[in-house]
Amino acid sequence: MLRAIQGIYMLRPVWAVLLSLLAGAGLIAIAGVNPGEAYAALFGGAFLDYYGLASTLAKMSPILLAGLAVIIPLRVGLLNIGAEGQIYMGGLFSSMAALLLPEMSPVVQVPLCVLAGALGGGLWGLIPGYLKAYRGINEVIITILLNFIAINLVSYVAGGPMMQEGAPYPYSEEIREGLWLPYIMPHTDAHLGVVVGIVLCVVAWFVFRFTTVGFGLGMIGKNPVAATYSGIRVRRNVVAVMFVAGAIGGLAGTFEVLGLKHRLYHLFSPGYGFDGIVVAFLAQLSPLMAPVAAFFLSGLKVGGLIMQRAVGLESTVVEAIQGLVIIFVAASLAFRFDRGNWRRFLERRRLLDAGIAGGITNNSGGRS
Amino acid sequence: MTAQGLRLEKISKTFGDFKALDGVDMTVPRGTVHAILGENGAGKTTLMNILYGLYQPDGGRILIDGAPQRITSPRRAMELGIGMIHQHLMLVETLTVVENVVLGLPGQGMRLSLAEHARKLEALAKSFGFDIDPHQEVWKLPMGMRQRVEILKVLYRDANLIILDEPTSVLAPSEVEGFLEGLRRLRAAGKTIIFISHKLDEVAAVADRVTVLRRGTVSADLAVAGTPPSEMARMMVGRDVVLTTLEKTSPTSDEVLVRIRDLKARDNRGNQALKGVSFDIRAGEILGVAGVDGNGQAELAEALTGLRQAEGGTVELSGEDVSAAGVYERRHRLGISFVPEDRHGTGLVLDLPVYQNAMIRDFRESPFSSGPMLRAASARKVAEDWVKRYDVRLQSVDQAIRFLSGGNQQKLIFAREVECRPRLLVIMQPCKGLDVGAIEAVHRTVLAERERGTAILYISTELEHILSVCDRVAVMCAGRITGIIAPEEATPERIGALIGGLEEEKVA
Ligand SMILES: Nc1ncnc2c1ncn2[C@@H]1O[C@H](COP(=O)(O)OP(=O)(O)OP(=O)(O)O)[C@@H](O)[C@H]1O
Ligand SMILES: [Mg+2]
Repeated sequence: MLRAIQGIYMLRPVWAVLLSLLAGAGLIAIAGVNPGEAYAALFGGAFLDYYGLASTLAKMSPILLAGLAVIIPLRVGLLNIGAEGQIYMGGLFSSMAALLLPEMSPVVQVPLCVLAGALGGGLWGLIPGYLKAYRGINEVIITILLNFIAINLVSYVAGGPMMQEGAPYPYSEEIREGLWLPYIMPHTDAHLGVVVGIVLCVVAWFVFRFTTVGFGLGMIGKNPVAATYSGIRVRRNVVAVMFVAGAIGGLAGTFEVLGLKHRLYHLFSPGYGFDGIVVAFLAQLSPLMAPVAAFFLSGLKVGGLIMQRAVGLESTVVEAIQGLVIIFVAASLAFRFDRGNWRRFLERRRLLDAGIAGGITNNSGGRS
Repeated sequence: MTAQGLRLEKISKTFGDFKALDGVDMTVPRGTVHAILGENGAGKTTLMNILYGLYQPDGGRILIDGAPQRITSPRRAMELGIGMIHQHLMLVETLTVVENVVLGLPGQGMRLSLAEHARKLEALAKSFGFDIDPHQEVWKLPMGMRQRVEILKVLYRDANLIILDEPTSVLAPSEVEGFLEGLRRLRAAGKTIIFISHKLDEVAAVADRVTVLRRGTVSADLAVAGTPPSEMARMMVGRDVVLTTLEKTSPTSDEVLVRIRDLKARDNRGNQALKGVSFDIRAGEILGVAGVDGNGQAELAEALTGLRQAEGGTVELSGEDVSAAGVYERRHRLGISFVPEDRHGTGLVLDLPVYQNAMIRDFRESPFSSGPMLRAASARKVAEDWVKRYDVRLQSVDQAIRFLSGGNQQKLIFAREVECRPRLLVIMQPCKGLDVGAIEAVHRTVLAERERGTAILYISTELEHILSVCDRVAVMCAGRITGIIAPEEATPERIGALIGGLEEEKVA
């Protein structure tokens, strides 16, 4: 029984999501639409329809990678708000490698583009990491500020030096087809990025759980003084972790460019870096849960659009529902499980049950 | 019998399947000092946490002045006039002393005059013979000073029932005297005091009655007057504790293993805390460092282990200058082990299970890992072995170490730092919070290490312990070593004079 309650407790983000959808149903009803129909459109469109599922998977690629770029540093006690900027830098560096380098065989150039993108994002993570470790400057502020720089840098490049001649708004030349990422579902946008994301999640889980490096990193997150005491070079590790996180954020941007957009657009990420923060909390910092959380969140976004079109809901309602999900989940995570409380509650119930049972047999005994 | 005061009836508390308290009865009449004794893990802190509203009992009731009370939270406890000094310090390190004291003080309204509080606090401190700067930030203070803040915090609240969970573990003997005197004055003023300590002489000096807990039950409840300390110890442990001086042979070798010359370092405040310290330790020798806490001992230990950057001077190990080595190199290549004084902040990761805390020092080495991979199963086996041999009382090595009693946490740290077979073992306040049986066990282990040829630096404010195990005793005062003497010549008077040099300076 206690085990069952613990299980229910572990799944509390799921309950929160269900509750928020219930609350969202109220909103939809107020907007004058049948909630059942609306949700059928949403979930049917996002997860059950071939093309819808493909769109969900395409969206999941940057959201999942950004989520991982938040989860890894957070487990080491660092708050990376800069995944958005890292996405932009990844997109910038990879498209430069794709468009400005002399044409090579794709077997060489694709990895080169991916590497460049990772490096660009990594650099954007390295800066706050270094400032945190060696100058004691808060990484939250620096990562936020670097977001603005990266976004504007891409706008400048895509609207200036790399802009396609005659384009109606800032975007670069198209990347040649040989450098595109392979698709995983024929005739759709779903590309390999999401697969790489899932693989990286499994790798991260493995590292934290089974390796000495991961153990040391976890220790920094839980007690940095004890980590120093055990001989871990905390500063160096902080820099390294921020570099890796930045690189993963960079991959999110890289795959977005090489897999989906095939050009460097200005403002090409509509805040995937911030969705990554939501994924991190939905997954409760577990790299294994991150794909599930990212899949759900992407589905909500894709399905929201479909629902909007299918039943004629205003986009504000759709956005409100997404907001509700986030608030409910955050609140559910603040709810703490006190084993003792539940145990006492259960014990009282058992006593009560025993009392009732005893009373009945006594009565019947008395009668016979 | 008067109903005035505190009565606990049949208090029980279970954690999981473990009965931490099992039907504990206790009566504390108003205006008395009541001591609680018991081995590490006997349930003393748990009982007090229940009284302070941090835990709810599974059974039994609490009566205050005859009326049953449900103490649902510390706030409720405070309303009932109960104050508690916790075994582990609960201070906000980034706030100043007076801010910590005022924090959560009821009835402050919108206007808060820190200056006035500071003045009152200073007066209070003086009346207890504590010397403290109310405007200093807590993180800059040495541990002994922090303990004084913790004590003042409760006294300042004007509680009627004061719970003291091992309040004197890092106070110097001279301070303890003033503190006990203060307790007597509080008793005279009609306050009720519950006093937990492992130091039987303190209990004998101030307490009226004593309750002895053993494995969650009351094993004795008696008047202190007329009970010899050895009898108390027997009731605590359940067998005779022979407080013999341990057998010791002369140092096994003449080889100087550690050579420290003119070591200098700053403390957290940026003051020169180590002002040029020099000494040698031979292989198989225990050098004690005595002195009032906060005279550079912590900085010495940290500079030796690499946790604190030295500003000058040299550290040599077997003739090799290791001054430039980092923590990792010192711990692994050079074989320096360290039992730090702050076990929660430095020595442990409270959220990790016991077996992972056992591998904090050597997790990159066999048997805890092979290559880059952790070996959880063998780490568990090692931890289980240590738990058995060092008598760590726990339910399972997979339990978060946070839930072990203070003394048992200390035993695990000790096991970890000794079992790696170090060349130099730096131990600081190793017996803090340990019961008499465990202290004896620690000292046996230290002596066994000495036999093995380890150089040992034993830093403590407990003069008695130092004199009973050390080969030579260095006395530290204001960042300097004022003298190094052999225990035979170290009459308490002579050491007291070396330490006392500082006191005179400070008072003047
Ligand atoms: N929250 C908890 N969860 C599980 N076990 C606990 C918890 N708190 C205490 N215990 C267990 O209860 C027992 C009593 O612990 P307690 O801290 O009361 O001991 P103590 O008498 O204060 O010992 P010490 O002298 O070492 O401080 C210990 O075995 C401890 O492991
Ligand atoms: Mg205790």
